[in-house]
Amino acid sequence: MRVVIAEDLFLLRDGLTRMLEAHGLEITGSVDNGTDLLKAVTTARPDVAVVDVRLPPTFTDEGLRAALAARRAAPGLPVLVLSQYVEQLYARELLAEGSGGIGYLLKDRVLDSAQFVDAVRRVAAGGTAMDPEVISRLLARNSGDGTLAALSPREREVLGLMAEGRSNAAIAQRLVITERAVAKHTASIFLKLGLQPSDDDNRRVLAVLAYLAAERPD
Amino acid sequence: MSSGTTPWGQPATPGRRRSWLAAGGTAAARLLALYLLLLAGAALLLALLTPLAISAVLITRVLLRQGQAAMSSVTAKPGGYTIHPVVVPVGTGPHMLVRLAAGGLLLLAGLAVTALLLPLLLQAIRGLAWLARRVVADWSGVPVAGRELPPPGTQYAPAGYWRRLGWLLSDPATARDLRWTVLNSLLGWIPTLLPAGLMAVGLIGFIGPVAGFAVPPPAFPGNSAPVLAVLGCALILLGLGSAPWLLRGYGLAAGVLLAPAGQAELTQRVQHLAQTRSEAIDTGAAEMRRIERDLHDGAQARLVAMGMTLDAAGQLIDDNPAAARALLLEARDSSVRALAELRDLVRGIHPPVLADRGLADAVRALVLDCPLRAKLAADLPGRLPAPVESAAYFAVSELLANVVKHAEATQAWVDIRHWDGTLRVGVSDNGRGGADPARGTGLRGIERRIAAFDGVMAVSSPPGGPTAVTMEVPCALSLPKISSC
Repeated sequence: MRVVIAEDLFLLRDGLTRMLEAHGLEITGSVDNGTDLLKAVTTARPDVAVVDVRLPPTFTDEGLRAALAARRAAPGLPVLVLSQYVEQLYARELLAEGSGGIGYLLKDRVLDSAQFVDAVRRVAAGGTAMDPEVISRLLARNSGDGTLAALSPREREVLGLMAEGRSNAAIAQRLVITERAVAKHTASIFLKLGLQPSDDDNRRVLAVLAYLAAERPD
Repeated sequence: MSSGTTPWGQPATPGRRRSWLAAGGTAAARLLALYLLLLAGAALLLALLTPLAISAVLITRVLLRQGQAAMSSVTAKPGGYTIHPVVVPVGTGPHMLVRLAAGGLLLLAGLAVTALLLPLLLQAIRGLAWLARRVVADWSGVPVAGRELPPPGTQYAPAGYWRRLGWLLSDPATARDLRWTVLNSLLGWIPTLLPAGLMAVGLIGFIGPVAGFAVPPPAFPGNSAPVLAVLGCALILLGLGSAPWLLRGYGLAAGVLLAPAGQAELTQRVQHLAQTRSEAIDTGAAEMRRIERDLHDGAQARLVAMGMTLDAAGQLIDDNPAAARALLLEARDSSVRALAELRDLVRGIHPPVLADRGLADAVRALVLDCPLRAKLAADLPGRLPAPVESAAYFAVSELLANVVKHAEATQAWVDIRHWDGTLRVGVSDNGRGGADPARGTGLRGIERRIAAFDGVMAVSSPPGGPTAVTMEVPCALSLPKISSC
């Protein structure tokens, strides 16, 4: 799997490169600004780009805009955005296209290398990786919603993990239950939220995210 | 005169208490000195008007002669007497034109001399008024406000004529000083001369004849020597007694006439600035202390613990790899927690999204994180000054937190717009109302924070709701930066 890294801090860029290489991923380019990222994704055609939100020259949300631009330059390019802090606002902008292959994680997550590499692979495969902090805020925002209150505690747990982008198998492993039990919870959640059930993991995740992020009428 | 204070307000020290006679004498002398200042001012005014007056006199004379000449030519006409204008001899036509031209030239010359003298005279009038301010304030005990602004230019490169004139004419102090000089010249002689005049009349007119001076006694019935002496003393005492009061009255009048317009407003403004500044400094210092404490108890402590855990793991790694591994995992978790704490701290200092995107998007992020249904309407075509942005952001953040905590509301609205040089932020909800800035320290804190930017806050929160908080902060809006990406 071929990865391009855009990160302006040398230490982090180096650390990411070594960690991903240690897990058998191939680094085809590591750049430190948005312009070079655009060049790298169009020439090297990686399977996934890992991009820091804060990049020169403005050190604001340069990386986010570069990531979105890279997706326009190389349509369907999976992008994993890393940030020192997460905002629902940015998650929404990344998800706005409604297609998969999007990741948005706190930089802290790289400390758990196994989980992090799993997220990179998931995004590269067209899946989604949303930071638990984003998801918990999305859930908190919907806590006043009667529909969400109708879910059982276990179902809410499953909903949260699903929104992070995890597959049924991963959720089963995480909650130490069988995959069948997860499937049962999922079906129940979709029924209660009034969503179209689907066998495709990615599509399910996107439907749940869209539901959580939706502006509902008063 | 009461025992405690003199009429000019200074407390009289019992040991060195001047007799009121001496005080009256001093005041009368000072009034006389002020009269001299008055004369100087009047002289300057005259100097200002003299060229114009001279040219006016000359013009009148020229034109009058013209009239006489015309008249004489009319009367000298043989064959009778008619006043019909047609009979004015044709020969006087060009003559009149020449005279009119001469009159015009004289007027122009008068104006030119005045214009040349104007900066000098205006400066002198201002200098005199400035002297009057100081002297009157010192002598009458009435503070006279006003500050002399330095003229344009420097000591080594004085400003040119036009710049000087422009400055003199545009400075409101010039008009004020001119007004003072005119009024003082017209009316100031009454209070300044009255005590000395009374004393002079009493001494010379009444006591003089009694003492044998070669002065004719005043002619009124019963003007015997004792009566004259008593009346003379009475006049002198009246002059002495009235002098301090007249001096004080003169000072009050000068204070009113010479003080800059809007002095009261300025005083109020200075008080407001002093108060908000000290509050802003206090708030800033308190924030610093909070950050220091948070770092000390949070991230720093965690890093120390992490270092110790890593050290322990290093010692165990050969003998007990399993335990070392557990310690390493613990250290990692500790670092994650330290990062989370630092993130929260940074968010409290200056939220990154605010730095990235500005107020509208930062508040949008707040609204998204709000557990209530919250709606944002924002109309900000550019970026606000960073300090205002920050103050407004934290105000909205705190107000939304209040809504969640206290209002029992189901819906909140945030409205942000910039119009007419003012940022207007409104936060309202459909909760139970009853918010009172006097009771809650939160609302008062917001008010204090935006007051540092001359911002104001209005709270409408009747019991039973709804609550609406509106803030207005005057500030400029900078155009959005052109993105480089």
